[in-house]
Amino acid sequence: MTAPQQAKRTIEIECLRYNPETDGAPRHQAYQVPFDDDMSVLQGLQYIKDHIDGSLTFRWSCRMAICGSCGMMVNGEPVLSCHIFLRDYYPKKISVAPLEHFPIMRDLVIDQSDFLNKLDAVKPYLIPKHETPLAAGANVQTPRQIEEYYQYSECINCLLCYAACPQYGLDPEFTGPAALALLHRYNADSRDQGFAARSDVVNAEHGVWGCTLVGYCSEVCPKNVDPAHAINQNKVTSTLDYFGLRKLLAPKGSSL
Amino acid sequence: MGHALKRSGEPPFWALFGAGGMLSALIGPVLIFTTGIAVPLGLLPARTMSYAHVLAFAQNPLGKTAIFAVIALFLFHGCHRMVHSLHDVGIRTGPTARMVFYGAAIFGTFVAMDLLVRIGF
Amino acid sequence: MSRFKPAAHTYTRTMTGWWRKNPYFTRYMAREGSAVFLSMYALVVLAGLNSLSRGEASYNAWRASLATPLAIVFHIVALAAITYHSITWFQVMPKTAPRLPFNAKILTAGGLAAAAGCSAIILGALLWATR
Repeated sequence: MTAPQQAKRTIEIECLRYNPETDGAPRHQAYQVPFDDDMSVLQGLQYIKDHIDGSLTFRWSCRMAICGSCGMMVNGEPVLSCHIFLRDYYPKKISVAPLEHFPIMRDLVIDQSDFLNKLDAVKPYLIPKHETPLAAGANVQTPRQIEEYYQYSECINCLLCYAACPQYGLDPEFTGPAALALLHRYNADSRDQGFAARSDVVNAEHGVWGCTLVGYCSEVCPKNVDPAHAINQNKVTSTLDYFGLRKLLAPKGSSL
Repeated sequence: MGHALKRSGEPPFWALFGAGGMLSALIGPVLIFTTGIAVPLGLLPARTMSYAHVLAFAQNPLGKTAIFAVIALFLFHGCHRMVHSLHDVGIRTGPTARMVFYGAAIFGTFVAMDLLVRIGF
Repeated sequence: MSRFKPAAHTYTRTMTGWWRKNPYFTRYMAREGSAVFLSMYALVVLAGLNSLSRGEASYNAWRASLATPLAIVFHIVALAAITYHSITWFQVMPKTAPRLPFNAKILTAGGLAAAAGCSAIILGALLWATR
């Protein structure tokens, strides 16, 4: 015997719309979306695109909070839209907007180019002292050494932390949370000897010193990377470095 | 990209900000409570802040250090935070703003030093 | 040096009033705002030191000014501000520490306990000194 059909509940999703070819400024458009308890906000947007308004533009991919594509502002908070559920907002309406602090390209899609340049600037790759041939075998690390950087390696570049960071919003020259967390991830890796190569970025006004420890970045990070910790640890490092005490600074298990 | 990679001059001010923040976090509440509320309202005896007591404290080398630390570090902490707060509310804070705020803290520090010397031992 | 060029025809949103739009940011501004009261208190102490250096009459005049309603209200507000600073200071302090082998909350609790301890010691010393 099948269960009786229940009328689907409907939730209002209001989306910021912006078409660079026709709009001088963003506007808002509300949609009524029927939903089940298991539908994420992303699925709500997909319903809109599939059944109501095919022009709604947004990024998404994995639907499971690992690719980092679907970041957006939902009711003023930076979230992965695949990671939150319509049932938790009902019966109130949902306001969806593109990630704050980035230029809007179209609808819910932002221009990520500044972040990609910041990522380049922190040299996010292992910089060994000497190139070792493959024949020399694998690098070895103890579990303790891996612990030093592992959490910072979990970053999925979703940019929620940039949307959370008012300092980045006030001054986009700021290197920003994820880039600085990744910088620290490499400095803290025992296989890396790139501390000196990255120190200019750390010590700059727009490096760690652009941060005022608002801390919201770490609150919103879906992977618990804790960029606030990565950045602010390096304020101590940068200060010691300023006073010529770089020699004291070798992070555990790595060398400068 | 070039100019942005110049080393920031923040570290010494941040270090003073940190010291002042730690000191004020530890003893700020009790100091404000004692001097600003408890003694004026009689919750603590008035003689706690009598001229004789406070003068003796200020003439003592340890007392001088304590008074100096409170004034100087609280000022450096406050001025650092205030100049950054101006930036947070959208006011441009270039070298001039910094000179004004840190200059005020430095001035206050020197005034405190001078007064503590005048008060003698 | 920049590999990635900005997209054309983008729209940049304003930052005006950013801190009023999210309670997390409002609390941050309150935390930062405590510095105003802390600086003012430092000036009160400096004024007291100045009065002290000018002799008993001058010092007593400063004490009298502390007992005015305006001064009391200022210090009550300043106490609230500095207490908020103290609590939030120890909450964020672990972020400046290196990776710890224990939960950061322990560091926060330790800091708050130290503040309580210092307060008790200072109050105790004052009560003993004026017994």
